[in-house]
Amino acid sequence: MPRMLTTLLAILVLTGSVGAADWLQFRGNDNSGVAADAKIPTLWTDTQNIAWKVDLPGRGLSGPIVIGDRVVITASSGFNQDRQHVLCFDAKDGRQRWQRQFWATGRTLSHPKMCNATPTPASDGERIFAFYSSNDVVCLDLDGNLQWFRGLTQDYPNVSNSLGMASSLIVVGDTLIVQAENDSESIAVGLDVVTGSNRWKLDRPIQANWTSPVVLRGKSSADDVVLLQSGKGLTAVEPRTGKQVWEYTSGCETIPSAVTSNGVVYVPSSGLTALEPQVGSSSPKMLWQSARLRPVTPSPLIYEDRIYSIGSAGVMTCADAKSGEQLWQFRLKNGLYSASPVAANGHVYVFHEDGTGQVLKSGDKAEVVGTHEFKETILGTPAIAGNAMYVRSDGNLWKISQ
Amino acid sequence: MRSRANWILAVGCSVLCLSLSFAVAADVATNLKTIKSVGSEAKGHPQATKALAELAKADAKSLPQILVALDDASPLTANWIRSAIETIADRELSAKRPLPVADLESYLADTKHDPRGRRLVFELLTRVDPKTPDRLLPGMLNDPSVEIRRDAVARVLIRAGELFDGNKKDDAKSEYQQALTAARDDDQVQVAVKRLGELGVTVDLSRHFGFIQDWALIGPFDNTGKLGFPVVFPPENNDNLTAEFQGKDQKVRWSKTFTTDGYGVVDLNKVQAHHKGAITYARAEFTSDKSQDVDFRLGTPNSWKLWVNGELAFAREEYHRGASLDQYRVRGKLKAGKNVILLKVCQNEQTEMWAQRWQFQLRVCDATGTAILSSTRPTSDKAVTSR
Repeated sequence: MPRMLTTLLAILVLTGSVGAADWLQFRGNDNSGVAADAKIPTLWTDTQNIAWKVDLPGRGLSGPIVIGDRVVITASSGFNQDRQHVLCFDAKDGRQRWQRQFWATGRTLSHPKMCNATPTPASDGERIFAFYSSNDVVCLDLDGNLQWFRGLTQDYPNVSNSLGMASSLIVVGDTLIVQAENDSESIAVGLDVVTGSNRWKLDRPIQANWTSPVVLRGKSSADDVVLLQSGKGLTAVEPRTGKQVWEYTSGCETIPSAVTSNGVVYVPSSGLTALEPQVGSSSPKMLWQSARLRPVTPSPLIYEDRIYSIGSAGVMTCADAKSGEQLWQFRLKNGLYSASPVAANGHVYVFHEDGTGQVLKSGDKAEVVGTHEFKETILGTPAIAGNAMYVRSDGNLWKISQ
Repeated sequence: MRSRANWILAVGCSVLCLSLSFAVAADVATNLKTIKSVGSEAKGHPQATKALAELAKADAKSLPQILVALDDASPLTANWIRSAIETIADRELSAKRPLPVADLESYLADTKHDPRGRRLVFELLTRVDPKTPDRLLPGMLNDPSVEIRRDAVARVLIRAGELFDGNKKDDAKSEYQQALTAARDDDQVQVAVKRLGELGVTVDLSRHFGFIQDWALIGPFDNTGKLGFPVVFPPENNDNLTAEFQGKDQKVRWSKTFTTDGYGVVDLNKVQAHHKGAITYARAEFTSDKSQDVDFRLGTPNSWKLWVNGELAFAREEYHRGASLDQYRVRGKLKAGKNVILLKVCQNEQTEMWAQRWQFQLRVCDATGTAILSSTRPTSDKAVTSR
């Protein structure tokens, strides 16, 4: 076999069946919220540019993920939110391919705005990993066949939060990263994607934390590291061993998560702080810090060398990613925002909690080019894949495409 | 000659079918045993994954056998088994093949089976025949499955509402009382209690839920800097109710309190005083007519430890992340006769307005939320009903 073909096959095996049109985890494959090549509409109505709309059987703040022609989403239902759903729809026509339900084994109590299905699921292209506030981790194959089921609260009984857990899963290589931190017992674990067993388990700061782990891509996949954020700081660990690579020890926010771009980490800390890891150093170099860029709930977005950060009362601040210098501030529709912004095709997509979608042209001035009110509560971060955007509310999932 | 050959062939086929049937049943049992071996931290996963893949190939006739396996399944393994049941049922229904409806009905009718499994069967039967709820729910008002019971109560509440709106007050009262007796979820309880109040009926909510009202309290002990949570203060190992101990600022003694709150809330800021960085112990005696497994269900915005008859049942250090009914469910055991329940309630020193609550509510119930009352509980006339 020619060496080039062997190499190509090896790459395919290492990366699973991940395709360019996939959106495999919270804010996409690299947790960036960006789908650079996707072409999605900047205008839509209840019917125009809506390819399909389906009903969901329960609530959810989790975002959809897309694996090839499958759109996967979680939901929770029941008086105590103890029914945990995983649903798979056909991306083309919205037909439900399958649904599986599981009984929660951990606590399902949460703040009324949240629910059991708050964390976004993840996939390695071959398997689906669903996670819930109950700390149950479900692994299914792409046809919905259970591969394994972990109840982390069964294993570690004080891992829970009376306000609910929110951290989403990420897959890096063949390790599933789970961060479950709270005031009583905090852990982060790296699970073998095939068996669900612990590759490693770290004791984490005893403090409530709703942020999600983030992958920082290296020069090769072997150099990828996982960023674990908390109120105590930001820790970079090796995905397969959990071994610490470097650490930033200033306090970070506990709701919006970090984002990376071109090797730089932008972490919500003292507003927003840009960090550049240094080879061989146990601490990163701080590039700049800006108190004006203070994300409240949505995680920040880096797109076309600009930062987009949503602060209180819906004020969006845009800054130069290299310097942190503010370019503009703009009041989006007044009110609360939970969904993190996403970007494609020269535009930034933002969803108000009341379901109003706002599309801004990416640039050095604020310009809203489209709005639409779904008139349903939208708290989950959309997915972008295959020239379509998928948006969920508590009751529905929409595919927006031309 | 031909008829004899046919007879031999028929017997042979029967024996073969019977053998295959036994083989399938044996395979199902073996696979279920493997799945039930799953333990903590992914113990047994590789074997269980293979067993589940095999089990999910079983035909619909195996469903009752698989369902029975839920009866003694752990919370973890129940989900593996559920997945097999769903996979088999989805496959058979998609192929328009029948489910063993009669066997499933028998399983559902036997309330000794696992409540979650019975609810799953109820939903399978409803997929086969959408009229199933109309047929079965009227007789399931006191079902051990919380979800089946909830659906049955919802129907009675609708009927009661129609009678109420139609000015048939006596009939409405009877229906609302029936609904309340069966209701375990607070939203349904509140609907019934509100309407019964309008109809002149007083409800002892605390008794309905099984909240403990009678407590002995002692405190405050020191929790400055949240350092008191692990400290063993005297009430944790000295059950002398007449003793005097050194508290945070002065000597402290046990005192009695009786909460008249419908949801059993004991507000320590009112009953004692507004303390910060403080700990109070609450002690209750509970007389059980038999040895039994129960739920201790607690709601508190404060850190806490719970002991039953001197054994630590659970401990949790979390401050001001909300307080709600059944916030914590601790499975435990009551012995026949007198039991002592001891609760440590820790307050921190946060100054925010939302971080001032220092309170708890605790009830004893079975797994469905049905109140289990102490045989020495005061009669209802001492209890005030609702908030």
